[in-house]
Amino acid sequence: MNRLQTKINTRDSAFAANREKMQSIVDDLRQKIEKIAEGGNEKARAKHVARGKLLTRDRIDALLDPGSPFLEFSQLAAHEVYGEDVPAAGVITGIGTVSGQPCVVVANDATVKGGTYYPLTVKKHLRAQAIAEKNNLPCIYLVDSGGANLPRQDDVFPDRDHFGRIFFNQANLSAKNIPQIAVVMGSCTAGGAYVPAMADESIMVKEQATIFLGGPPLVKAATGEEVSAEDLGGADVHCRTSGVSDHYANNDHHALEIARRSVSRLNRVKNPGLDIREPVEPLYPAEEIYGIIPADSRQPYDVREIIARIVDGSEFDEFKALYGSTLITGFARIQGYPVGIVANNGILFAESAQKGAHFIELCAQRKIPLLFLQNITGFMVGRQYEAGGIAKHGAKMVTAVATANVPKFTILIGGSFGAGNYGMCGRAYDPNFLFMWPNARISVMGGEQAAGVLAQVKKDQMAARGENWSDEEEAQFKQPIIDDYEHQGHPYYASARLWDDGVIDPADTRRVLGLCLAAATYREPEDTRFGVFRM
Amino acid sequence: MIRKLLIANRGEIACRVIRTARSMGVNTVAVYSDADANALHVQMADEAVHLGPAPARESYLDIEKVIGAAQKTGADAIHPGYGFLSENADFCRACEAAGIIFVGPPTGAIEAMGSKSAAKRIMEEAKVPLVPGYHGANQDPGVIEGHAERIGYPVLLKAAAGGGGKGMRRVDRAQDFMEALEAAKREARNAFNDDIMLVERYVLSPRHVEIQVFCDSHGNGVYLHERDCSVQRRHQKVVEEAPAPGVSPELRARMGEAALRAAKAIGYVGAGTVEFLLDSRGEFYFMEMNTRLQVEHPVTELITGQDLVQWQLLVAGGEELPLQQQDIPLIGHAMEVRIYAEDPDNDFLPATGTLLRHCPPQQDDSVRVDTGVQSGDEISVHYDPMISKLIVHGSNRREALAKLDRALREYQIAGLTHNIPFLRRVINHSAFAGSAVTTHFIEENEAALLKATRVLSSVQLAGIAACLAAQRTGNCALRAPETDAHSPWHQGDAWRSNLMPTQQACIDFHGERHEIRFTAGGGQVLWHSGEHQGEIHTLADAQVAIVDGRRVNFTPVLHTGGGTLFIDGTQVDFAIVEPDLGESGDDAGHGLSAPMNGTIVSLLVEAGTPVEADQPLLVMEAMKMEHTLRAPKGGTVKQYFCSAGELVDGGSLLVDFEEGEA
Repeated sequence: MNRLQTKINTRDSAFAANREKMQSIVDDLRQKIEKIAEGGNEKARAKHVARGKLLTRDRIDALLDPGSPFLEFSQLAAHEVYGEDVPAAGVITGIGTVSGQPCVVVANDATVKGGTYYPLTVKKHLRAQAIAEKNNLPCIYLVDSGGANLPRQDDVFPDRDHFGRIFFNQANLSAKNIPQIAVVMGSCTAGGAYVPAMADESIMVKEQATIFLGGPPLVKAATGEEVSAEDLGGADVHCRTSGVSDHYANNDHHALEIARRSVSRLNRVKNPGLDIREPVEPLYPAEEIYGIIPADSRQPYDVREIIARIVDGSEFDEFKALYGSTLITGFARIQGYPVGIVANNGILFAESAQKGAHFIELCAQRKIPLLFLQNITGFMVGRQYEAGGIAKHGAKMVTAVATANVPKFTILIGGSFGAGNYGMCGRAYDPNFLFMWPNARISVMGGEQAAGVLAQVKKDQMAARGENWSDEEEAQFKQPIIDDYEHQGHPYYASARLWDDGVIDPADTRRVLGLCLAAATYREPEDTRFGVFRM
Repeated sequence: MIRKLLIANRGEIACRVIRTARSMGVNTVAVYSDADANALHVQMADEAVHLGPAPARESYLDIEKVIGAAQKTGADAIHPGYGFLSENADFCRACEAAGIIFVGPPTGAIEAMGSKSAAKRIMEEAKVPLVPGYHGANQDPGVIEGHAERIGYPVLLKAAAGGGGKGMRRVDRAQDFMEALEAAKREARNAFNDDIMLVERYVLSPRHVEIQVFCDSHGNGVYLHERDCSVQRRHQKVVEEAPAPGVSPELRARMGEAALRAAKAIGYVGAGTVEFLLDSRGEFYFMEMNTRLQVEHPVTELITGQDLVQWQLLVAGGEELPLQQQDIPLIGHAMEVRIYAEDPDNDFLPATGTLLRHCPPQQDDSVRVDTGVQSGDEISVHYDPMISKLIVHGSNRREALAKLDRALREYQIAGLTHNIPFLRRVINHSAFAGSAVTTHFIEENEAALLKATRVLSSVQLAGIAACLAAQRTGNCALRAPETDAHSPWHQGDAWRSNLMPTQQACIDFHGERHEIRFTAGGGQVLWHSGEHQGEIHTLADAQVAIVDGRRVNFTPVLHTGGGTLFIDGTQVDFAIVEPDLGESGDDAGHGLSAPMNGTIVSLLVEAGTPVEADQPLLVMEAMKMEHTLRAPKGGTVKQYFCSAGELVDGGSLLVDFEEGEA
């Protein structure tokens, strides 16, 4: 094994400046998440607790094994999207262990808009189910929701990836023996009623949970029948009479205990099919990453310094180190799990793209999970490169990434621009998990480049009309474009829209990847069938 | 000369006898019941013979079986220890008949002292001072009550065959006499199969000072000074020391000579103890003579430098006493405490269960621990719940006290309730530390001695937080799949995405609940509870923690549902409060359960009978003490779920009781 030696001087003033910048970015992230983690406003929370219900995060803590980690997804979902606060899009999703088994948890937060489904709530719920499917993990739904957000029904109800898809997924996940367990701890109305109804097992809390297709007001309007919510669809009705629910719980804690017992009876046997070793800490502290990432994102740095702070023992066996050196490829372990790493170290050239395709083939053949560390401004442009077939070489890498049937993990550690995003397993390439660092940026191209392209087009048009464009006017034209790109390329903007599974502290990268790798081992490895490579 | 010695006992005394026998080149045979198959005394002996089921009656008290075991193994002598058959004349005779040496006095001496009333007459003739009392053969309750009137209240009722506080009752008022007599007789019947009672004046401000005597078969006799055993509760000794504080050489000699007169009067041979009551004016009265080795004999050994078991074996083998009276030294001061599995805060209820950890202090020339149990042993309902005796020696009383306190601080016992905190309060009480105390010391100072503190210190809370964190980490690791043992999903530090990994738990300490929040990682735990907070580092494999920068000793013993924590010289037993699952049993408050394992003695009311609050409903016996179960409120006894003579487990429902006006 080749041990990476750092060239970083932690006493350097640039290191200190970088660290300070990153620290402020991370602090901002943590503050935002802390606020979001509170859930709904104080009044809503007080009302919730007064009813004898646990707050959503307390429910999750009680459901999970004491001491279990909770890898939460998309905490920033719906952040500054709807012109009103919808913290975490009103649903908390993540993976934690229940009776020793990692499970995907989807928990409505009734203190946020009554737990109703906004478009991004639906998207987050569906994404959690996709993660469960991809990693073969049981799903536990803690239901406490008023159903679809009626004013936004056009973006919630009708389309393929809207509300109905939740139940489609439940049926199909169940068909794949991915257990579906619903714990109804509050309302569960209309379409939402199908969450427990479609579940393999469902649990209801007495005098709190209700399940019905039409609530009392709708019943009254439709048939004139007057009935209380409890008599219409309470736990007694569904556990004793209708059979919609299987287990009767006295309170939230009891319901979660029943869910834990249910998981303990799933009879799942894990067969990782990987050469797992005892984890070894890296030689260098993860916190040093703060000082390595240049405060000025245009400054280059050696991505091996990052790898050295993520992988076991800082040991990294590079593949084709001397060829296509703007893409680093090689083998390492993270928390004991073998992993093939593909990391950008500059712009992608034909050689680097071919090298990447080759390395991905190797990993797919050997069933080694792939980690992509994205920091890419794109593929090289220019006549020489087009003539050299950069498009077909890029296509090879994209084909390899798209079809490699191994667990894939992507971290956006810097820029993610253009076709580089594709070759480096962006969201469209369905990695098992995709996280962003808070300093990262994502857009079709850099703001400067986009503004430059648009300015050039306009300049050409003006020149054709014989008009003149002063430098000052050009700068005025470009600035809003640059600002827009900066705003829309920001991780908060991206994460708010579920372009990723969350923004993480760079110092947590090793931990997050370890959890992701371990989660992915719950699905047995499969063979890969690649598509046609353009040669 | 004895070649092979059978020890007809168990626990610490069996171990202690084996140790000396071995040092003298004598082979040893242990005997054991079902409950003691893996006990320490069995492991220590050269051979061991199984006697029978756990109840003593069917094993250690079965004379035929014990004699049989000696014959089977070819033992030429039997050491009876204390308790069990040690003062049983029948056993003594059976040994004689079988041609086996009984390590103890001749049958006649046991018989003479076995009946207290007969003993008093002999003592009277031998000019040994006696407490006024009635020791007559007429056991008519009215006659005994009449003598009580004559002597004057308060009086003490005692079983003529008794010892160890069984069958003994203090009666303060005439109207209580008959009930007390009945109870004492019942206890005596159960313990000794003999309910003959005697009654005496209850000496006020008395001290219990006893003389160790030793006689050989050649007519020699010596006394090995006195022991002060005044600190008692329910007539059970708690602390014993030698010499007795404030006893002058002149008084010592007077008491010693009186004790020797007593021994000679009955032709005594071997180790014996003559118990006296010593009043504040220096007058002493004969109480009784114990014709065996006493539990507290080690304090005498430490101040004289002699091995009394060795003396016993020499004398039993027909040799002369090793020392003459003038050669018996008195060096420094020795103290002993009896460490019991019992709950001093709950009327000294015996505790039973598994000894999860038994780690006595380091022993050396001045710290001695006599025990018969090890970590993992069961303290059962069948025998005395004594865990060990801790004995220390100092150049004077103050030094001995300091050493005793230090040793008690170091002593670690987990798994069941024990009396170490109580013992520490006793020996640190200013009255005890200052000078001699009377036998009423504990009852007079109950408030100070029996009230355990309910407040948790910051250091203790820190230790609990570390325990909780460690327990969770351990549980998570246990759940890791075999095929992926190091999975980060089982790391157990409650990691959270972009949030503090704060965990919370609720613990119960002596009925008080404490919410604790903590974050753990890398051996460090930051914690917070109420107005307290701090940090604790635990050092892997070391019994040390750093609490807010200070190194303290730290030994956690965790079990499902809670733990025992030894930290900074204190012990904390806590239970983890699980969330309320709303499953409150419907029968709560409807029945009365057994407070401990034990035997039902009698049912006191008819089923279906209305009863008043506090009315006794049944009597049960555990650890040879009687306990009465009373009605918590007015109501009706609907049904008994037990019958007299039945052995019941602690916690099992005994009475179907319905509250409400009858």
